[in-house]
Amino acid sequence: MTINQLSVFVENKPGRLAEITAILQQSGIDIRALSIADTTHFGILRLIVDAPVQAEQALKDAGFTVSLTKVIAIGVDDQPGGLAKNLALLSGHGVSVEYMYAFISREKKTAYVILRVDDNDKALDLLKSHGIPILTEQEIIQGV
Amino acid sequence: MKQNVWNPIETAPVAELQALQTARLIHTVHHVYENVPCYRARMDAAGVGPGDIRTLEDLSRLPFTYKQDLRDTYPYGMFAVPMEEVVELHASSGTTGKQIVVGYTRGDLEVWGDTTARALVAAGGTPGSKIHVSYGYGLFTGGLGLDHGAKTLGAVAIPVSAGNTQRQIQILRDFGSDILCCTPSYATYIGETLAEMGVDPSELKLSAGIFGAEPWTEDARHKIEGLLGIKAYDIYGLTEIIGPGVAYECSCQQGMHICEDHFIPEIIDPDTGETLPLGQAGELVFTCITKEAFPLIRYRTRDIATLSREACPCGRTLIKMSKPRGRTDDMLIIRGVNVFPSQIESVLFQTGQTSPHYLLVVDRVGNVDTLEILVEMSPDFEFDAVRLVEQKQREIAESVQSTLGISAKISLVSPKTIQRSEGKATRVIDKRRLYE
Repeated sequence: MTINQLSVFVENKPGRLAEITAILQQSGIDIRALSIADTTHFGILRLIVDAPVQAEQALKDAGFTVSLTKVIAIGVDDQPGGLAKNLALLSGHGVSVEYMYAFISREKKTAYVILRVDDNDKALDLLKSHGIPILTEQEIIQGV
Repeated sequence: MKQNVWNPIETAPVAELQALQTARLIHTVHHVYENVPCYRARMDAAGVGPGDIRTLEDLSRLPFTYKQDLRDTYPYGMFAVPMEEVVELHASSGTTGKQIVVGYTRGDLEVWGDTTARALVAAGGTPGSKIHVSYGYGLFTGGLGLDHGAKTLGAVAIPVSAGNTQRQIQILRDFGSDILCCTPSYATYIGETLAEMGVDPSELKLSAGIFGAEPWTEDARHKIEGLLGIKAYDIYGLTEIIGPGVAYECSCQQGMHICEDHFIPEIIDPDTGETLPLGQAGELVFTCITKEAFPLIRYRTRDIATLSREACPCGRTLIKMSKPRGRTDDMLIIRGVNVFPSQIESVLFQTGQTSPHYLLVVDRVGNVDTLEILVEMSPDFEFDAVRLVEQKQREIAESVQSTLGISAKISLVSPKTIQRSEGKATRVIDKRRLYE
């Protein structure tokens, strides 16, 4: 029950992000969530979109370095401590988080967190056994 | 044709070879003294007459010839025959300065064709083999040099020239090319394009490739052999001497056999000019002993190499030269350390997960030289976490530091972002020159 995240390697040159979003627009792709990691000479743009495979192809065709990464999307109570308890669960069982970012659903009034961890299977088992809602690819496509 | 040998002289006893060299050297020294004013003046100034050169040992008494001499006498000052006897001209690319022009008589073209035919035969070529020449045709000696060799051998020359890589692949496949000739960097590019187009190397008839005109490493050889499914052979040459075919690899690949019945090699100390004993590394110097139109005496190639007379299992007795480990003028001096781009290429191959495409950017900030190495990550490199990218960069930097003794900033860049070349690859941008 992982979902596909689009990762794009972006060299620090003016206009690169505008170019990427324009390509997604032309391909009719909707962005659900995004995050960017930036260093002095490059950045990594991470995107959750409604059609990751098509988006990957469109960006590849335009010459971008892009890959799909398996990440986990969980629903989190939008209240103090909502995220803390989930992270405590993972770290308590030795699962490391490489990075994470969040987005909020206006309709469902829920927060969602995208997690990239060092062991997807172990993390999924833990989260599931503790009744934490996990988003499916289908839910991402339909919109949450 | 025994053991993939084209000319019987390749396996002649050394004594016989040296007797031939001596006779030809004496003849050539007279030829240049009488016909090239620059040589007459140089020899007179050095107090050496043509009659003083009687043995191979006497060669070291003759003055050196430098690239600058060819520029100073541009275009035809070093020609030793009247233009009526010249049938072809070539020129060096002029990328490192003013271009130079060389000429060939009909006899010179026969020699050239014979030397490149030796390389083709050593790589398994026979009459009827299809020789796919992707070196540029034109003033550059690569294209026509191999072309002359193919025709001398009675093989089929396919003069594709450089460029239009997808079409190269179509021709390789449709025409059934047997041997590919181009620069090693272009061979890599053809191989990568092949993979991209989804063409399996087994769909090609190609069995060997002859790659030269730029320095390349053993690792590059393995990479090309894997990409194209062939055996890759090195060939050495320079426009000033004749073009490709001065030396070539046999299937043993323990060095390149020099066509020393036409070109006498020496290794010298580039600083003192002193001749060095066999086996020692130094600057390679050639004397042409059969050339008619453009015979150079003790020409300083600026290539750093070693020579070896060790017996070769292939049966050839021709002396062997190592792959040039660099050029005295390609050598970068960074914070006082001598650096050859080929050393960096080796490091990149060893650390892996990068492509063989890289660019060295040298600059001076304040009074300190800086080196940045831009290197393409391989297409399957896992870049999704900053940590992974930085880890790889650190690993390469540490490897450069321990191998070459200099610190460098490593920047991984996207695949296919460093400009590809269809001829000689640009590996270095030295911004320091801007301030001189």
